[in-house]
Amino acid sequence: MASKTKKTQFDAVKTLENIESQFEMVQILNEKGEIVEDALVPDLSDEQLTELMRRMVYTRILDQRSISLNRQGRLGFYAPTAGQEASQLASHFALEKEDFILPGYRDVPQIIWHGLPLYKAFLFSRGHFVGNQIPEGVNVIPPQIIIGAQYVQAAGVALGFKKRGKQAVAVTYTGDGGSSQGDFYEGINFAGAYGAPAIFIVQNNQFAISTPRDKQTAATTIAQKAIAAGIPGVLVDGMDPLAVYKVVKEARARAVNGEGPTLIETMCYRYGPHTMAGDDPTRYRTSDTDSEWEKKDPLVRFRNYLVNKGIWNEEKENEVIEQAKEDIKVAIKKADDTPKQKVTDLISNMYEELPNNLQEQYEIYKEKESK
Amino acid sequence: MAQMTMIQAITDALRTELRNDENVLVFGEDVGVNGGVFRATEGLQKEFGEDRVFDTPLAESGIGGLAIGLTTQGFRPVPEIQFFGFLFEVMDSVSGQMARWRYRTGGTFHAPITIRSPFGGGVHTPEMHADSLEGLMAQQPGLKVVIPSTPYDAKGLLISAIRDNDPVIFLEHMKLYRSFRQEVPEEEYTIPLGKAEVKREGSDLTIVAYGAMVHDSLKAAEELEKEGHSVEVIDLRTISPLDIDTIITSVEKTNRAIVVQEAQKQAGIAAQVVAEISDRAILSLEAPVLRVAAPDTVYPFSQAEPVWLPNHKDIIETAKKVLQF
Repeated sequence: MASKTKKTQFDAVKTLENIESQFEMVQILNEKGEIVEDALVPDLSDEQLTELMRRMVYTRILDQRSISLNRQGRLGFYAPTAGQEASQLASHFALEKEDFILPGYRDVPQIIWHGLPLYKAFLFSRGHFVGNQIPEGVNVIPPQIIIGAQYVQAAGVALGFKKRGKQAVAVTYTGDGGSSQGDFYEGINFAGAYGAPAIFIVQNNQFAISTPRDKQTAATTIAQKAIAAGIPGVLVDGMDPLAVYKVVKEARARAVNGEGPTLIETMCYRYGPHTMAGDDPTRYRTSDTDSEWEKKDPLVRFRNYLVNKGIWNEEKENEVIEQAKEDIKVAIKKADDTPKQKVTDLISNMYEELPNNLQEQYEIYKEKESK
Repeated sequence: MAQMTMIQAITDALRTELRNDENVLVFGEDVGVNGGVFRATEGLQKEFGEDRVFDTPLAESGIGGLAIGLTTQGFRPVPEIQFFGFLFEVMDSVSGQMARWRYRTGGTFHAPITIRSPFGGGVHTPEMHADSLEGLMAQQPGLKVVIPSTPYDAKGLLISAIRDNDPVIFLEHMKLYRSFRQEVPEEEYTIPLGKAEVKREGSDLTIVAYGAMVHDSLKAAEELEKEGHSVEVIDLRTISPLDIDTIITSVEKTNRAIVVQEAQKQAGIAAQVVAEISDRAILSLEAPVLRVAAPDTVYPFSQAEPVWLPNHKDIIETAKKVLQF
């Protein structure tokens, strides 16, 4: 029997497609280093452009040396950063000193460029509390190991700025896998509800350890998750320093102008393993994919752009490389020279005033340490 | 002086600190215009404004993260978790983050946060409202855990908790909110954290208790007195860190002790108290230190509370075992 099915007026699939179509990837420099969006080119001086390139090259060297020092046993925990220089450093380049960074475990470069001394970053890697003693006036917390926690905390930092009437933003980073956490959602939603000045960056490097991005969510972009919080979301080419800088700069302007938070997805790639603790990326991704992303290398396209502008050359690049190697050598030496940790140090760092159990244990360990 | 219930004393402490320190912020689910589900924050938003006393989205983890973030800008957050059974949602912010904040940054940052939260049985709440989860908190280095049993203690301890520059978990027993009134000074005063109080002096047996069990212990002590037993009752008031001196001084005097808690036997902090007594005063003991605690099941369906929750009769029974050992 033919039934009279009433055709629904509501097309849920179309609604989804409409939403997805709104998240086109922002790109300014193509893979060859050519400007593809004239109107979006950020207003950066030649000095600023070369400084950004200098930081990206420096950080690539820092990654290579860190991997090597880790293999020699001279560093501990290390999460490689090669490939993410535009995402990490061009986003940081759009910030001001008073802005507060809540990094994830892979986001050591940003806090270094925000003012954390290199030897402290190495002590963080080795597992020494001095590495996390942030210098006065450097607005960062140590790298967050609990994926998502930095997001809810960023909402609090941002609300703090708003309550103090400060023209500053809280900036935090997670990865594609991290966007599946509850704290990811709660963080962007709280910041949205309070109209707090926060920038939430998702560095989509395609893999959470071995799990590819499409196993995290059926959403076609992570940027569109901003809709759930009712805040703007932007998808940007994370291998393009100019595009990353531009979208973060705009998000910052909106935030300090009282217009609330932004979620930014940077589409990027990590060339190395997840961490140096035994992860082997050949188990879960192909060399074809690797080489496809190597063509998109942020250093290659930015170098081409600057060379064509006549403000970068091999000599300048080699200077940066030598400087980086020298700084790293000095920093590792300084880390080596840092006094070893004692249990009494660890006890002293627990509370402002030690409770009686720790007072008692302090005396016991002080006695042991004096022998 | 004024006659106050415990909930009034808590509101009074919050008002005192909101007045004293502009960095104090009170926030949580329905603590603003509504004045809290138990009226603990009644009138505070009206007096201090939405900037100081405000509602949050319904997400405990977000509330914990918000508190931590606010400390970086010099605020002194006093967030509320509506019922402590909801702790699990915010366990990372509490145990994984704020408790470790000072240590992990080598003293660069600290977390002057006081989390207020109601708990405790006897008022037929729905699931996950009344559970005694203080044992989880007491096991986390970096926290202090405070559980008042009287209006006077609640005010003085809460003011101290808010002024403390490290995180404090302040647990408020729901059955004690309005069960009796007590003289409470209207002016500010503090009670040091980590200090127990002898609520009743005695010479034959020490009862160590906290929360609602303090009152059951006092009732048990009165009945035991009628039978010729002189019982000392210690209210821990802070369960982490423990006031070892007060406990050991008492046990060395009475030579017998029991520890009373509302939590299940495998939970709470009674085992820790027993271990400390064993470590420090075993030569004073005339009998083993026994515990009064709830059965090791999930918190009871509300109708089963009367048969499940420890009460003064259980305390008398255990006290007699120790007295007659």
